[in-house]
Amino acid sequence: MIVCIKQVPDTTDVKIDPEKGTLIREGVPSIVNPFDKNAVEAALKIREEKGGKVTVITMGPPQAVDALRECLAMGADDAILLSDRAFASSDTWATSYTLAMGIKKVGNPDIIFCGKQAIDGDTAQVGPGIAEHLGLPQVTYVQKIKEVKEDGMIVERSIEGGYEVVSVGMPVMIAVDKSINEPRFPTMMGTMKAHKKEIPTWGLAELGADEDKLGMNGSPTRVKRIFAPERKGQGEMIQGDDESEVCALLIEKLRDKKVV
Amino acid sequence: MNFSLTEEQAMIQKVVRDFAEKELAPIAAELDEKGEFPHAITAKMGEMGLFGLPFSEEYGGSGAGYLAYAIAVEEISRACASTGITYAAHCSIGTGPIYLFGTEEQKKKWVVPCAQGKMFAAFGLTEPNAGSDAGGTQTTAVLDGDEWVLNGSKCFITNVGVGKVAVITALTDKSKGTRGISSFIVPTDTPGFTVGTKYHKLGLLASDTREIILENVRIPKENILGKPGEGFKQFLVALDGGRISIGALSVGIAQACLDASLKYAKEREQFGQPISKFQAIQFKLADMAMKTELARMMVHKAAWLKDQGKPFSKEAAYAKLYASEICMQNASEAIQIHGGYGYMKEYPVERYFRDAKLMEIGEGTSEVQRLVIARLLGC
Repeated sequence: MIVCIKQVPDTTDVKIDPEKGTLIREGVPSIVNPFDKNAVEAALKIREEKGGKVTVITMGPPQAVDALRECLAMGADDAILLSDRAFASSDTWATSYTLAMGIKKVGNPDIIFCGKQAIDGDTAQVGPGIAEHLGLPQVTYVQKIKEVKEDGMIVERSIEGGYEVVSVGMPVMIAVDKSINEPRFPTMMGTMKAHKKEIPTWGLAELGADEDKLGMNGSPTRVKRIFAPERKGQGEMIQGDDESEVCALLIEKLRDKKVV
Repeated sequence: MNFSLTEEQAMIQKVVRDFAEKELAPIAAELDEKGEFPHAITAKMGEMGLFGLPFSEEYGGSGAGYLAYAIAVEEISRACASTGITYAAHCSIGTGPIYLFGTEEQKKKWVVPCAQGKMFAAFGLTEPNAGSDAGGTQTTAVLDGDEWVLNGSKCFITNVGVGKVAVITALTDKSKGTRGISSFIVPTDTPGFTVGTKYHKLGLLASDTREIILENVRIPKENILGKPGEGFKQFLVALDGGRISIGALSVGIAQACLDASLKYAKEREQFGQPISKFQAIQFKLADMAMKTELARMMVHKAAWLKDQGKPFSKEAAYAKLYASEICMQNASEAIQIHGGYGYMKEYPVERYFRDAKLMEIGEGTSEVQRLVIARLLGC
């Protein structure tokens, strides 16, 4: 099994540089994308029941190695970092191509796990992109793994208002929802071992990838502008000495606005 | 000189903080209210290997070292000091003496399960008439054939109600004074070993503190720790390590006081602005932050010295004394900043204040710490 993970800034209140239109990352601690931790947990659970090996892989800058170490501390067997200047400025298409090349080099996994989306970009496109690049079936928004067989699996896929039960062959790309499990905390022993483990870094040369499909060149997406939407309005607290005074103030305001 | 944590220590800090914030902080007030021992939490801590941090891999630990352990104690205590004392007492003074002075066989039998979180260990030193004068032990141990027979009582013992083993100090030779004290490994289910009901305490309500009555408790001859007469020397060493952990615990509470106060000061408005805009409050917060960081540095230095195999008794006393006193000061200021609300149970600072006081008492009062330091200065 291979789990694709991403290192993301630890905040839901991401600030945007209005000049450059890019995310301000300085001073924001990095974490493993929470949905990817669910993906790691799902893989570890299958390993505990059926055996096998769990390899985590990420594409990112050299410091993304910290995110990989956290997954090793949770119990993953191996980790691989895909890092090269040539990968910079990749959109989801180029990112999924690069990850697909990395996965090919690792070997032929039975299951590729991804989180349903990353909390920074929120695109939910990289998992499906990997499946397309590798020509594999995919199931997204997986909320439960019902059965893992020799050559396939049965999973529940969350849809609006309910869920579908999907039977799919392997190899397969599974993108998991956070409702699938509760990710375990890393153990202290795992943490100590994770730091001793060597994590190989593969770049353009190691992957033998087509340079035109990587980074900026391989990214058909052009970002026109990133901006924080302006706040349209704000709630107002009405304060008064007692309930009747607050009510009177509220009615007054509603009358002003011609609501009543 | 290098003040940065190693990558392993930094990651352990991150993992434990994450665990404490998600699993422990949300239930800490409830645990305190009910006076309930957090079995589910300690089971998780065991699975994560937290109890094995200060012990080597050979004996079920992770070999992460004492500094990593002190960091973990701080993070746990920042969320819940009751769980912090349970953790610290188990590792430092419960399991610690067996790890430090036990035979290979004793360590395999007791340290391994303790480090793996499969059982709790307690340390029975204090007695009704032997508190700060810990050398005044009245409990006795007499060799009868192949067994030691223990009689006496112990008080204020952390974890003994949940523990399976206790290290008990007792007089084996009254004529030799403190050199007549020995320590023993006593399984808590030994006939004659009776544990009292939980004490009604001021704070740390979710930790287990009880008295022990020993009535003709017979244990195998080989359950002595080290040689007869070494007990006094042994517990002084064990307490040195314990002081680092109480220092770390104090830093955790002190930090929690600062966190809560800063948040409140930014939210609470009086005279038309947040009270954090007033110098009177700013100065309090500045002092609280400074003291917390200074105490943390002393705790880290003492732990680092211990990890380096260097003498650390004096530094451990500095760390425990300073950290516990600023912990109490921070708790007091935290309530002051919160005003009337701080006196209410709806805000966590009320609990911090009650929990903080024990730091100046347990494992050597502030007065005993000053005595230890003065002696090490050559007085």
